Amino acid sequence: MRTRLWTTSYYALAGGLSVLFLFPLVWTGYASVAPHGATHQQDGFGFGNYTALLDYDAGLLRYLWNSTFVSLLTVAFTLALSILGGYAFARFTFRGRDTLFVLTLAILMVPYSTLLIPLYSMLGDLGMRGSLVGLSLVLTLYQLPFAVFMMRISFEAVPKEIEESAMCDGAGTFGVLTRIMLFAVWPGLVTVGLFSFLAAWNDFIAPLILVSEADKAVLPVAIANLRQQSMGAIDFGATQAGVVVMALPCLVLFALLQRHYVRGFMSGAIKG
Amino acid sequence: MRHSRKLAGAAYAAPVALFVLVFFVAPLLLVGRMSASDWPLLAGYRGLNLPENYEGIGDDPLFWPAVGFTLKYTGIVVVILIGLSLLLALIVADRRRGTGFFRTAYFLPTTLGLASASLLFFGFYSPAIGPLDPMLEALGLGPVSWLGTPTAALWSTVVLIVWKFAGFFMIILLVGLQSIPPDVYEAARLDGANRWQSFAHITVPLLRPALGLVLILSVTGSLLAFDQFFILTKGGPDNSTVTVVQLIYREAFQRFDLGAAAAISVVVLAALLVLNIAQFRALRKDH
Repeated sequence: MRTRLWTTSYYALAGGLSVLFLFPLVWTGYASVAPHGATHQQDGFGFGNYTALLDYDAGLLRYLWNSTFVSLLTVAFTLALSILGGYAFARFTFRGRDTLFVLTLAILMVPYSTLLIPLYSMLGDLGMRGSLVGLSLVLTLYQLPFAVFMMRISFEAVPKEIEESAMCDGAGTFGVLTRIMLFAVWPGLVTVGLFSFLAAWNDFIAPLILVSEADKAVLPVAIANLRQQSMGAIDFGATQAGVVVMALPCLVLFALLQRHYVRGFMSGAIKG
Repeated sequence: MRHSRKLAGAAYAAPVALFVLVFFVAPLLLVGRMSASDWPLLAGYRGLNLPENYEGIGDDPLFWPAVGFTLKYTGIVVVILIGLSLLLALIVADRRRGTGFFRTAYFLPTTLGLASASLLFFGFYSPAIGPLDPMLEALGLGPVSWLGTPTAALWSTVVLIVWKFAGFFMIILLVGLQSIPPDVYEAARLDGANRWQSFAHITVPLLRPALGLVLILSVTGSLLAFDQFFILTKGGPDNSTVTVVQLIYREAFQRFDLGAAAAISVVVLAALLVLNIAQFRALRKDH
């Protein structure tokens, strides 16, 4: 009897909470296609809000492209730096190794907003004000501590014997890296790639500050601006369609790469 | 051979070193210099302005209210987030029918970006298309102005943040829970401990490192809150939900005073460093 009561209340609580957590997600999907007088979808269900988004300002496709470009470039920068850096930290001793590693992790200690003010001014001096490449470099900065840490422990976990046998066959350190090590650390690469993609795709404050031209806006900034526009009237329907467009890649990546999600969190927890 | 290996190592580390130098060390030095200078957004450096930038911080009538609001918000968010994420972790810790579904349900909001989640709730709370008022109306209640008063705006934002982050912290605590060996519980059960006793005397003490990580992450994240207030409440009503980071943004990009913005940034950085060191020390001492 006691266990039965326990089981019933367990499922009532767990199920009730699931409904609360899922409800806003389900609602936004529904609201983006449902008919509503205040939106571009007046009668019946349909994609009126999405077609409105296609024509809004520089157009949805432009913003999608900007976001994709910035995110993929951030992934590329982050992977390149963390592969080389992680390999160096894991397998070599050189002067200043520990200082550089601690300095890289110290990026986490400095608030985003503190660095964005000087970075805004510096990118201007480097001729990259408002440039999407400059934005990607700044986004890479904040991925670096996690990425370098993750790649270092990934390389350290590879048995040394594999590397040594390749060395005996005459391969140099770079050959070992490209021909052997990269295959051994691929789960780490996927985790770093996943996290840097999501961080870049979703970031708001860096593009808000660093990129002001309307046709270079990334999705979150464009949708947030859309909300304030259209003659003072807020376009709620198109806003929710925008939320769906931004959320979909995140949900798909989550569905495909669940294991790597947890892996990333676990390395964070171990570090703490 | 050893010598060339050292050179190779340094060569592999060189890109990271160069990147960290240009995009981390240099801006860190620059923000210090800016905070001591008269530095309008468009004109650039126009001479020393010390200590006016720092003295001016307290003169801004919004500064102390923003500090107070940020601290209050942080306190509320941290307490609720830790409590709820611990509850969620306990719910999904043991494998039984349905836990896979529950884990996914609680975690899904985490996959969204904070800006997307804020925009979602911007519609969710709106009287125009939000689902809450019709639901209340069916019960004969409402309508409620979810963002209309300072108190409502604060709590509506807290709900958004808890919804968005509880699943993330649940995973960290779950990893902590799963690292507790099952035989500890078994031994306690044989000694006659009930569920509550084994939770208080085994789970909580052994979960300390994970709880400490959750504490540091949620405190830091809340103190630096920006997106949610910029998008959802726009700092309103009546500037009641302006956070410290919003002040930095306002000084720099609405008042075009990078010197003043840099000064606040330096103060925030110093405060966070002190706080993180203190939290770190406190957690270490417990071990």
